[in-house]
Amino acid sequence: MSEPVTFLKELISVAGLSGYESPVRELLQAAWRPLVDEMQVSRLGSLHAIRRGSASEPRPALLYAAHMDAIGMMVSGLLDGFLRITEVGGLDPRILPGQLVTVHARKDLPGVVVQLPAHLLPAEAGETLGKLGGLLVDVGLSASEVQKLARVGDLVSFAQPPIELSEEYLAGHSLDNRASLAALTECLQALQGRQTAWDVWFVATAQEEETFGGAQTSAFQLRPALAVAIDVTFGSAPGSPAYLTSPLGKGPTLGWGANIHPGLYRRFKELAERLEMPYKTELMPTYSGTDAEVMQIVAQGIPTMVLSIPLRYMHTPVEMVSLKDIARAGRLLAEFAVQLEPDFMDRLTWEEGE
Amino acid sequence: MATRASLANPRPPRIAEAQIRLLERLCNACAVSGNESEVRKIVLEQVKPYASEVRVDALGNVLAVRLGQTSQPLRVMVAAHMDEVGLMLVDDEGDGIFRFDVIGGLNASQLVAKSVFVGREHVPGVIGRPIRISEDNDRDEKLTLDDLRIDVSPDNAKRVKAGDYATFSTAFARLGASLRAKAMDDRIGVANLIELLRNAPPNIDLLAAFTVQEEVGLRGARVAGYALNPDLALVLDCTPAHDLPFWEGDSTAAGQENTHYNTRLGAGPAIYISDASTIHDPRLIRHLMETAEQLRIPYQIRQPGGGGTDAGAIHRQRFGIPSVSLSVPGRYIHTPASLVRLEDWKNTLRLAHAALSRLTPAVLAADR
Repeated sequence: MSEPVTFLKELISVAGLSGYESPVRELLQAAWRPLVDEMQVSRLGSLHAIRRGSASEPRPALLYAAHMDAIGMMVSGLLDGFLRITEVGGLDPRILPGQLVTVHARKDLPGVVVQLPAHLLPAEAGETLGKLGGLLVDVGLSASEVQKLARVGDLVSFAQPPIELSEEYLAGHSLDNRASLAALTECLQALQGRQTAWDVWFVATAQEEETFGGAQTSAFQLRPALAVAIDVTFGSAPGSPAYLTSPLGKGPTLGWGANIHPGLYRRFKELAERLEMPYKTELMPTYSGTDAEVMQIVAQGIPTMVLSIPLRYMHTPVEMVSLKDIARAGRLLAEFAVQLEPDFMDRLTWEEGE
Repeated sequence: MATRASLANPRPPRIAEAQIRLLERLCNACAVSGNESEVRKIVLEQVKPYASEVRVDALGNVLAVRLGQTSQPLRVMVAAHMDEVGLMLVDDEGDGIFRFDVIGGLNASQLVAKSVFVGREHVPGVIGRPIRISEDNDRDEKLTLDDLRIDVSPDNAKRVKAGDYATFSTAFARLGASLRAKAMDDRIGVANLIELLRNAPPNIDLLAAFTVQEEVGLRGARVAGYALNPDLALVLDCTPAHDLPFWEGDSTAAGQENTHYNTRLGAGPAIYISDASTIHDPRLIRHLMETAEQLRIPYQIRQPGGGGTDAGAIHRQRFGIPSVSLSVPGRYIHTPASLVRLEDWKNTLRLAHAALSRLTPAVLAADR
C-alpha cells in the first residue's frame, strides 16, 4: 500500500463524475482488496466492502459511507469546433472561465473553458442562457477534428493536477469527497490485525452530488444498524463566520442536528476526547448535506452520524485539505468500530444518562 | 559563423522540437512586470553565444547586438517583451491567506479557483474565496478582487510575504496543432527574437531588445529605443484572437458575423496597421505584406483598434523611429491558459526573418 498522500493524489487525478464513478472505484477496489473480506458493486455503482466481525450471528453491521463521485461538466452541444457544456453536480459558473479541463471524448482531449464576450451572446442574454450559458470548451482542434472525436454526453472533468502545498496540506479537484475515501482507507489500515465485534461495511457511494442515489440504495441493500456519512465541510479562514466553518488542521468535525442520532454523536465525542483528538462540533440545524440525509430514512430508519473533514474552496478545482485531519478521521472511525460492543444497540439512547 | 553562401541566402530559422521546448521553459518561467529575472536568465543564456554585445540596462532590459556583415547595414531594433501580467501579495491576513493586487490587464473573473506560484521559490498556492460558505446565494453577482485571496496553506504562511509576486502555475501543454500555456503573451515573441538572433540576416545590424514592463506601460521599450537608436523597429508580440462563435451558432445562415475578432487563429501572422498607441509605418507594413505575398506566407491584418505593443513607446523615441508590429495570434491571452497554433508561430518567424533579410535602405527612402 502506498503512502496515504500518494493514494489520495491518485484519487484526485481521475475523473469519476456522478454516475460514472468507474475510474475512482477501480482505484479503491485495488487498494481495499487486501484489507477487506469481500467486495461487491451495487446496481447503481456504489462499492461495498465488508470486514466481518467476531460477534455471534445475527451480527449487527455498521456502515461507513463516503461518496466517491465528483462534480464536473458534460458536453451538451458542438459549436464550430467548440463544445457547449452543462453541469454535473453543483457548480458555480463563476469558477469556470480559464479552467483547465479534460474532455472524455473518443480519446481524452485537454482543453480550457472560455467565456464568450457579450457581443457574441444573444441580446436578451442572462436568464435565457441557462446556468453555464456563454461558456464553451476549446480543445485546440479544428472543427472537423472535434466533430470526429466529441459528441453530446461526453464527460468533462477538471484537469487541475494535485498541488502539494506542504507536507500537511494538499489542494486539487474532487477532494470533496476523495479526502473521505482516503480517511476510510486509513481506517481500514488501522484495523489490520484488530478485531471488531460488528461487521463493518465500507461503502464508496455513487451519485451523491446529483441525487444521493448511491447511499440510499446501498443502505437499503446492506441494512446496517448504524450508518456514518463521512464527507467534507466548509473550512474556515480569517473573516469567515465561525459557526458555519471549521478550521483546517484542527481535526474532523462531529455533526449535531436533526440528521444525527444524539447518542451516536455522544459516543463519537467521548471517543475523540478519550483519544485526545482535536475535533469540532459542527452545527447542522436542518440539513447535513451528506449521504446521512438519505440513509437516515431508509426502510424503517437508521441511526446516523456525520463526520466531516474541513475543506476550503469547496466545489472548485483547488479544494484544500489537511492530511492530518484525514488521518485523524481514519483513526477515529477505526477506534469507533473496534470499541462497538455487541450489544451497543441496546445501550444507544436518546437522552444522556438514560 | 556566416559563410558567403549564407550571406547570399541566409538560413531561415526553423521551429522544431528544441524551439518548442525553449518556448515551454519561457512560458513556465514566472516573470511579472517588474520582476523579469527568470526570463532574463533564460534569454541571457540563449543569446550570449550569438551576440557581439549583450547588456542588461537600468530597467532590466536585455539588449543584445548582432552586427551585420555588409557595409553600412541598416540598424534594426527588434523588440519582444519578457514580462507577463500577474499578481502581487499585498496583505497578510493570517493562516496562509493573503490579499493581492493585479499587475497589468488581468480580469478578476479569470482568477477564481486557479493555482499559482508565489515568490522566487515558486511556493504553490491557490486563488479562492475564503469566506464563501454556501454554494448558491450570490451567483448572479460578479466576483471582484475584493472577494479573492491567495492561499498558500497555514504551513507556508511564513514562506511568502506581502510584496512577493505571483503567477498562474499552468503548465505548458500541446493540444493537437495548438499550444496551451500561460504567458504566451509574449514569451512566443521572446522565442521568436531568440531564433532571429541565432539566425540573424547578414544585411542588418540586429539590435535585439528583450524588454521589461510592457504590460504596465511600455517602460522598458521606451528606454531601449533610446539606447539602441535604430533606423527602424520591428516589434514581435502576441495579440488576442477573439475568433469565437456566436452562442446561438449558425452565424453565417443568420447573416451575422463576428466583427470583433481582432485576429483569427490559423490565419497566419498578424500585421498591425494601427492600435491605441501606434500608427504603424506604412512602408514597413507594405514591406511585410509584400514579403509574405512573394514567399506565399499566410498573413492577416490585425483589426485596427485598441491595444498596443512596445512600438507605442519606440516610434516616438528621439526624432521618431519608423516602427511596425507583428504578432502571433493567441486566444485567451491574459488568462491562465492562452492558446496558439503552432503553424501561426512558424509562419510568424518565417515572415519576420524573411522581411528582415529583404530590408534595404530603399524601403525607408520611399514616401510614407
